[in-house]
Parts: sequence; C-alpha cells; structure tokens
Amino acid sequence: MRKLRGIAAAIAEAVDQEMAADPAVVVLGEDVTYWGAVFGFSMGLMQRYGRERVVDTPITEQTFMGMAVGAAAAGLRPVVSLMFVDFLGAGFDQMFNHMAKNHYMSGGQVAMPVTVLTAVGGGYGDAAQHSQVLYGLFAHLPGFKVVVPATAYDAKGLTTSALRDPNPVLVFGHKLLTGLPFLPFEGLEEEEVPESPYTVELGRAAVRREGRDLTLIAAGLMVHRCLRAADRLAGEGISAEVVDVRTLVPLDVETLVASARRTGRVLIVDEDYQSYGMSGELAFRIQAGAFGALQAPIRRLAVPDVPIPFSEPLERAVIPSVDRICEEARALLGAAAAASSP
Amino acid sequence: MWKPEPSDVDLRYLVEQDQLTEDGLLQAYRTMCTIRAFEEAIAERYAVGKTPRFDMASGPIRGEMHLAVGQEAVAVGVCPLLEAKDAVVSTHRPHHHALAKGVDPGRLAAEIFGRQTGLCQGKGGHMHLFDRELNFACSGIVGASFPQAAGAAFAFRHRGEPRVAVAFAGEGAANHGTFAETLNAAVLWQLPLVIVIEDNLYADSTPKWAGLAQPHQFQRALGYNLPAYLVDGMDVMDVRRAARRAIEQARQGRGPSVIEAVCYRYRGHFEGDAEEYRTREELERWRALDPISRLGGRLRRLGWADGDRLARIEAEARDVVAAAVAFAERSPLPDPGEALTGVFG
Ligand SMILES: Cc1ncc(C[n+]2csc(CCOP(=O)(O)OP(=O)(O)O)c2C)c(N)n1
Ligand SMILES: [Mg+2]
Repeated sequence: MRKLRGIAAAIAEAVDQEMAADPAVVVLGEDVTYWGAVFGFSMGLMQRYGRERVVDTPITEQTFMGMAVGAAAAGLRPVVSLMFVDFLGAGFDQMFNHMAKNHYMSGGQVAMPVTVLTAVGGGYGDAAQHSQVLYGLFAHLPGFKVVVPATAYDAKGLTTSALRDPNPVLVFGHKLLTGLPFLPFEGLEEEEVPESPYTVELGRAAVRREGRDLTLIAAGLMVHRCLRAADRLAGEGISAEVVDVRTLVPLDVETLVASARRTGRVLIVDEDYQSYGMSGELAFRIQAGAFGALQAPIRRLAVPDVPIPFSEPLERAVIPSVDRICEEARALLGAAAAASSP
Repeated sequence: MWKPEPSDVDLRYLVEQDQLTEDGLLQAYRTMCTIRAFEEAIAERYAVGKTPRFDMASGPIRGEMHLAVGQEAVAVGVCPLLEAKDAVVSTHRPHHHALAKGVDPGRLAAEIFGRQTGLCQGKGGHMHLFDRELNFACSGIVGASFPQAAGAAFAFRHRGEPRVAVAFAGEGAANHGTFAETLNAAVLWQLPLVIVIEDNLYADSTPKWAGLAQPHQFQRALGYNLPAYLVDGMDVMDVRRAARRAIEQARQGRGPSVIEAVCYRYRGHFEGDAEEYRTREELERWRALDPISRLGGRLRRLGWADGDRLARIEAEARDVVAAAVAFAERSPLPDPGEALTGVFG
C-alpha cells in the first residue's frame, strides 16, 4: 500500500477526493492557494480546482466564517481554513454563536455542513499567539464536533468523515505532525494510507498500545509523546497503555473507562491549558465510570495555565515532554503503591 | 506610490518647505542604515542551524521571522517625529518601527534571541515586543494594532495630554474589520490617531489584487471623512511630509488621519518563504527605488554628504548592530522557572 509521512498530505487528499465527488465543496481561507493554507491542508487543490473553488480570502476571519455559515445554509459544503487556531478570536462570534447554534436554534431547519481545518500546537518557538491548541474551548461549546488526529491514516479518514458530516466539524492538525519540511516531525515516519477514499468514524478512541500498570490518555501530538514515554517506561518494567482520544466531541467514554478499569491508574496528558479543559473533563468521565476500579487519584499533565512563552527553556518548561510524562507516570505508580500499602 | 524624483532645484525647494536640516536628514539616513543592518544581521543569525534543511525550530532564533528590509522609509518617515510618550502599536513585522521609535537595539536583539536581558525577558519574542518607556507595543495578530492605538489615543485625549498614537499595519490588515471599525470610532471621537498602512503589495502569499476591492486606502478613508495621504513608501521625505501634517493635526486635537505608504519588502513574507507568488524581475524593479540609496543620492546632491561620509555612517550602523547582536548572544537564557511567573500583575 502507498505510504505517507504526516497528516498534511492526508488531510489535503481527503479534501481533494470530496471535492472531486461533490461540486458543493469549496475551500475558503487565507493563503489556501499557493501556500496550501501554510500548513499544507489545502496543498495542490488550487492547481486542480482553480481559484473559483479554492478561494484566497482577505484577512477577514469574521467575514469568511460568517460566509461559511451562510453558504452552508444555502447548500454549499464549505471547508474553511483557520490558518492558526490562535486566530479564532477574530472570527469567533460567527463560529460559536452561529455556526455552532443555527441548526439547533432553527429547530433543525438549517443545516451546517462546515468543516474547519486549523493548525495547532507549539514546540518550535512561535510564542504565545501562534502556539496554542485551544480545542477544549471549542469542545466546551455545544454544536461543534472536535477532531484531533494523531496519525495520517486517521487524519484522512476523520477529515473525510468531517466533510460528509451535516454538522460543523473542526479538524485540529498539529503542526509537528504535518510532515512539512520546515517543522520538526514527531509523527510516524511511514504510514500506510489507502489512496481511495475511506472514513474513520467520529467518536471512537483508539488503544495505541496495550499495557497493564497505567493508562496514558492523550490527543494529537501528545499521543506520540505518550507512546515514546511508554517505550521508555517499559525499559523500567512499567507497562503503560496508551489511548488516543481522536475526537473530543463526540467522546468515546466507553473505551476510556474500559482502559481505566483494566489498569486502575490514569494519567491524562494534554497540550491545552490545564484548567477547565479536556483533562478535567476526561477525569470526571473516567471517575464516574471506573471509580471502584481506580487504585489512585487520576493525574494530569497539561500546560500549567500560562501563555506559551517564546524563549526555548521557558517553552520547554510548559509543554508536556516525554521526560515529564515519565516522571508523572512514575509518581502515579508511587502514589498508587503508597495508597495500596496498609 | 512612486513619485517623480525632484530635480536639484525642486529638491532644495522641498527641503526648505519641509524644514529638513542636514542633521535631520543624515539622522534619517543613519536610522535607515541601522534598520537595514539589523534586519540583515537577524536574517543571518536566524539562518544558523537551519541549513541544509530549513527547520523553524532549530538554531539560535526559533519560530517565524518577519523582516522589513526595503520598508525602512515608512518607519523612519514617521517615528522620529514622535516623542517618547507618544504611542506606537506595530504588527508581526515590528523591528523597523521599534528601532525608529528608539527602542534599544541590544534589548530588541536579546528578545529576538529569547534572552533574559530582552525587552520582555524572553517571554514575548519577535512578534511580541513591548517597551513601556517608549510606549511601544506590537502583536502577531493581524488587525490588532488599529483599535489598540485608538485606545491609547482615547486615553491621551481623556487626560488632556497633547500626545499622539500611531498604528502601523499592512495593506492586508486593512481588510480586517478592525480597520473600518477603528476609522469610524476615531473620527467620531476625533482621536489623536495616525494610522499608517504599509502597503507592500502582498499579504503573505496573497497579492493585493486578490485581496482588496479598492486599490487604495484613501478611497476607504473618504467614506469616514478624514484626511488620507498616499505617499511613496520608498521615499523617506515623502512619508515624512505627510506624517508631519498628520501628527501635528492629531497633537493639536484636530483628529485622526490615514497615511498609505506604498512600499515593497525585499525578503520573503517570513524567512524561509519560497516566494512562488512573485517574480525576481518585480523585486529588482523595486530595488531600483531603494529608500536608502535614494536618500543617499539626495544628500550628495544637496552637498550634505559625500560617498565617504555615507560609507562611514553605514559602517557605524553596522557596528551598532554588531554590538547589539553580541550583547544578545552573550546574554543568558531565562531560568525555566520564570515560565510560571507573571500571568497576573
Ligand atoms: C487574525 C490573523 N489572521 C491571519 C494571520 C496570519 N498572517 C500573519 S501575517 C499575514 C499577512 C499580513 O499581511 P499585511 O497586513 O499586508 O502585512 P505584511 O506581512 O505584508 O507586512 C497573515 C495573513 C494573523 N497573524 N492574524
Ligand atoms: Mg502587506
């Protein structure tokens, strides 16, 4: 089978194939032509479909998000690029008060088949306004489906599902998983990705690695850091399971709870800000479903409620690393041992 | 907007009209040379560790880097007319504005290198530069400068201070709603605000024709009833002429203005840009209008400098920049623990 490196080509291929199949699919956003939306999610599309269907917008997030709302209601299936998720503020009203709500508020009359592709994440020195992930903010608001792919296979299949979904779906592609040459790459070097279209169902978590002693739960880039941490922990005799959430909304609580019940110990790793976000929400759901089976309080490792600083040692201190994941995992096992000793 | 090069007679006439002095023009030359040398030095240091493969995360300067080589005249036509307490709010391409406003090149470089001695102790980085003393700020979010400068202008007016706020922004940013909204508010409240649109013909990879319904910002300003000047952004004298009027008007409480300075960036949108959206020939055409050599030529024609003197100024500018970069490079990185401090005041 054909192999891909990174999620950018996979996402672009999914959009390409849906555009070929459905003339109602159009792409809107800044620099979606020559630059493939900067992070590659629309690369090659202008060459295939021209500027009529792949539209460079002026720098007007509020307007092109609003246009996506109006165009979707009028029968198109817009794919909108929000170049960096950090720019959401400039278009957020149209997103959270309209894109996310019009279907509900209209009593189901208005369809909202919009896909938003956005680049997220830090770790390469782009500082406080270009390094956030912010998916928790969207997942908090009823009406958005929230997709965070960690692999190229998932990126293509989940993006295809997103484009076919009648609801607004946001795809959060991590910059360090894109596979583009100008950024570090932490994804899988070579992945088999079918050339023909396929879907990955929204709302199914994936167990990426099985283990006995504890469960590491993460999304996007952090899945790979957890896998590396699990490798290292295995060398110390610790068997870590790794679960990839894949979609925050809908959330596959069953898989998370089942894993927590198996291992009895859970560490949630998140690149989003710690408070009021994914880590707290998952912890709540897991304790509600696996309380009796837990051998220690659930732990979490996330960005400690500070903006992402620029300077390298500062940035390293706040974004969860393999080292920090290992430390937290050991601490969790220590705490569990202490809790179970008489 | 290229304007005819004045004849010797007209050059003297313009110098007199604009009350330009030998010292003033030589100083403008010096500041433009400093900016040029600074941007080129940053480009060189930024490239370290990024070859053969360009990786934004490696080398002594990480992340994106937007430089303003070619756009020096816009900053130097405006900022030296301001006082320390006047406010400047800049953009993702902020170094030339900062240097022209008087920000210390050493602390600026140190911030770009992420050092403890930087303007923001390494927390901000190249797109997030703040200098409280000089009332200088900027943002990596396009369109953010307009309302923030208007807010500073509002504060000045509110306190009855004869201060001016300047917003710099690109022609791409001028499409953002914040531009139209700020124009309305600034005229409504007659704020002491000068908006400078630095039109370098591109917003990222998007050429002006693909982004703007009208080619000029003054057409937009007309609808809000405020003065708008279309100037040659590659000519520091032309920029300065409009800036002097706009700043005086604002300082005297007679309301806001727009200055539209058409210019060109010689380097990519960011370092590492493959520039597939423009041609080499176009770049060369604009280089022929280079703001530094044009001013140098005029200084000679005025008899205020010869080739040696200009070369000396250029060398001194390079020395200033070399010292700034050396200061940055020998400064320590911040302690990791600093990351968790300073969210609240
Ligand atoms: C709200 C927002 N949208 C998009 C971007 C991405 N972006 C950064 S610079 C830029 C182009 C800006 O063009 P212009 O205003 O003309 O300034 P120039 O880069 O030419 O100096 C874009 C789209 C951003 N930083 N903020
Ligand atoms: Mg521009």
